Amino acid sequence: MGKKSIETLVGFFVLLGIGGLLFLALKAANLGSFTSSADTYSVTAKFDNIGGLKVRAPVRSAGVTVGRVAAITLDPKTYQGVVRLDMQRSVQFPSDSSARILTSGLLGDQYIGLEAGAEEKVLGPGDVIKQTQSAVVLESLISQFLFNKAADAGNASAGSAPAPAAGAKK
Amino acid sequence: MTNPIRRIGQFALEVLRGLGHNATFFIDLLRNMPAALRRPFLIVAQVHAIGNLSLLIIMASGLAVGFVLALQSYYALVTYGASESLGLLVNLSLVRELGPVVTALLFAGRAGTSLTAEIGLMKAGEQLAAMEMMAIDPKSRVLAPRFIGGIVAMPVLAVLFSAIGIMGAYVVAVQLIGVDEGNFWSIMQNGVDVWRDVGNGIVKSVVFGVICTFVAVYQGYEAQATPEGVAHATTRTVVIASLSVLAMDFVLTALMFTH
Repeated sequence: MGKKSIETLVGFFVLLGIGGLLFLALKAANLGSFTSSADTYSVTAKFDNIGGLKVRAPVRSAGVTVGRVAAITLDPKTYQGVVRLDMQRSVQFPSDSSARILTSGLLGDQYIGLEAGAEEKVLGPGDVIKQTQSAVVLESLISQFLFNKAADAGNASAGSAPAPAAGAKK
Repeated sequence: MTNPIRRIGQFALEVLRGLGHNATFFIDLLRNMPAALRRPFLIVAQVHAIGNLSLLIIMASGLAVGFVLALQSYYALVTYGASESLGLLVNLSLVRELGPVVTALLFAGRAGTSLTAEIGLMKAGEQLAAMEMMAIDPKSRVLAPRFIGGIVAMPVLAVLFSAIGIMGAYVVAVQLIGVDEGNFWSIMQNGVDVWRDVGNGIVKSVVFGVICTFVAVYQGYEAQATPEGVAHATTRTVVIASLSVLAMDFVLTALMFTH
């Protein structure tokens, strides 16, 4: 095999290696983006707490994926999370649709669920979804549950014991 | 009565002598590397023989391992509702462990044996002796380029193995099984650190490249100059290189990935 062809082949080999390394690095470092922006339009939604929502999480309506989360930022004035959604052009939603952050499975990853409203006007590019519901934070649920439990137990014992016992329970 | 004891002692001394011979050979090889670097085409030709010709088996194995990893991990994870983490599991398995180790084992089998056989046959055909007659150190013209070629080729092959494995896992997980594509990539990207995981994997593959190529070159150079001698040397290359890689993998993993 000639000298030139060997060098060409080795160059191809090294190029393959660099390509593989770039693929691994980009996949691992979240630098690349693989969605085409031609057939999507962007809307934003504000949440008090986005929970564990990540960029590129799906946006689903009635369980069907209709878009992806494009970016998550913090509004410096209202301290709310601002989520930008890339919606497929083929699906239009009324302008009073509501967005909630739901979990797939019990401890799975979070996605945005859209419920269509009743308005005739539809969401256009750059519109804001006004009705939102934040993610459920497990710790608040648990502490609320425990607090209610303690309050119930305190009320039950207040019926059969003097007040100080109920006050001490709290 | 004292014969077995004498044999054990003799064996132990032989092992020590062998280790010492290995070490002096390694230092000699390092000493000859500048001479090899002054003739880059020799190194390029060796990267071709060692790396390019191993591409097919490494890429095919990477694809197969990626497919199987995705399938098995899915059925293990879906029991706990954690099937969205499939991409992360496959990526970390490949990039941290399977990529460097499996590539090193395949490399020892494919490129290591061909190096040993080639050098052993050169020795049997008295080519190395002829070089020494001309005052050319065979280590600088024959052995050092192969050593450098192996060290260059091994990380490239390991990276390709991991990359193709991940692509194969993507095809099986997203297209065949139906795991969500966005979750597949985004959870993987959030969980894999370029320097800690990919970088450490590359460091591992360089170390394994040094081990495999050194063992191959040493066994070839020290082979008995007969057909049986070359056959024995080839077997020893694969066995010693594979065992060393596996032992070194444990040491490196303990150093790199435990807190």
